[in-house]
Amino acid sequence: MFVNQFLFLAAILFCIGVYGVIARKNAVLMLMAIELILNSVNINLLTFALRNGSTDGHVFALYIIAVAAAEVGVGLGLVLLVYRNKKTISLDDLSEMRG
Amino acid sequence: MIAQNIGFWIIAIVMIVAALRVVTTNNVVHAALWLVVVLAGAAAQYILLAAEFVAVTQVLVYIGAVMVLFLFGTMLTRARIGTESDLNNSYKKLGIPVGLVMFVAMGLALISSFGDEKLPQTATVVSTQEISDQIFGPYLLPFWALSVVLLAAVVGAIVLARKD
Repeated sequence: MFVNQFLFLAAILFCIGVYGVIARKNAVLMLMAIELILNSVNINLLTFALRNGSTDGHVFALYIIAVAAAEVGVGLGLVLLVYRNKKTISLDDLSEMRG
Repeated sequence: MIAQNIGFWIIAIVMIVAALRVVTTNNVVHAALWLVVVLAGAAAQYILLAAEFVAVTQVLVYIGAVMVLFLFGTMLTRARIGTESDLNNSYKKLGIPVGLVMFVAMGLALISSFGDEKLPQTATVVSTQEISDQIFGPYLLPFWALSVVLLAAVVGAIVLARKD
């Protein structure tokens, strides 16, 4: 197996995630696109861990999984609060801080 | 090696199709279920990369916990389950050139850096013991910081989401 086949898979997933963050207006769907980006980073870390024969990449991948779980918890709490106050989670409608 | 390569390409194609469906489908619940396919495929790729502990953690944390959170978030913030037309920005076509430019840039960098370098054939599976030796040895301080982050996230989520 080539190093590049895993790295290219991660790059494709990353770009799809970036497209999702740009294209989506619904806050929950944007968080899903962020999950795609985080997973592509994990694939990269584990590929390099195998290439270099070290376990550091595994540790970082586990930390990223934990941080992603925390991020989703707080993010969905925020989305819930926004929905309760404004009855919508469309990100275009959250423009109070625009100057 | 042949079998692993065939497995890699099948899983990779399924993952890419599912990821495209996540960012293009007009149904939030379908997007969540396609995301499950991507995350399970990623777990399979971790096993191909000799990272069994990370793969099991991926299944437990992502497919078990994060997806339930997403489905609850969908349920609590929308009146109806079904197709919606108001999920995308009006300028969503702008995302296609941005994604393509990033992919071309990353692809050129990867080809010039790694070319046709191969992964080591004799790699052994990284055992859980080695990972725990790393976490509770040189990476203990980030582990503590991560514990505080998770505690803060739990408290923060409760404070944000409760009704006063």
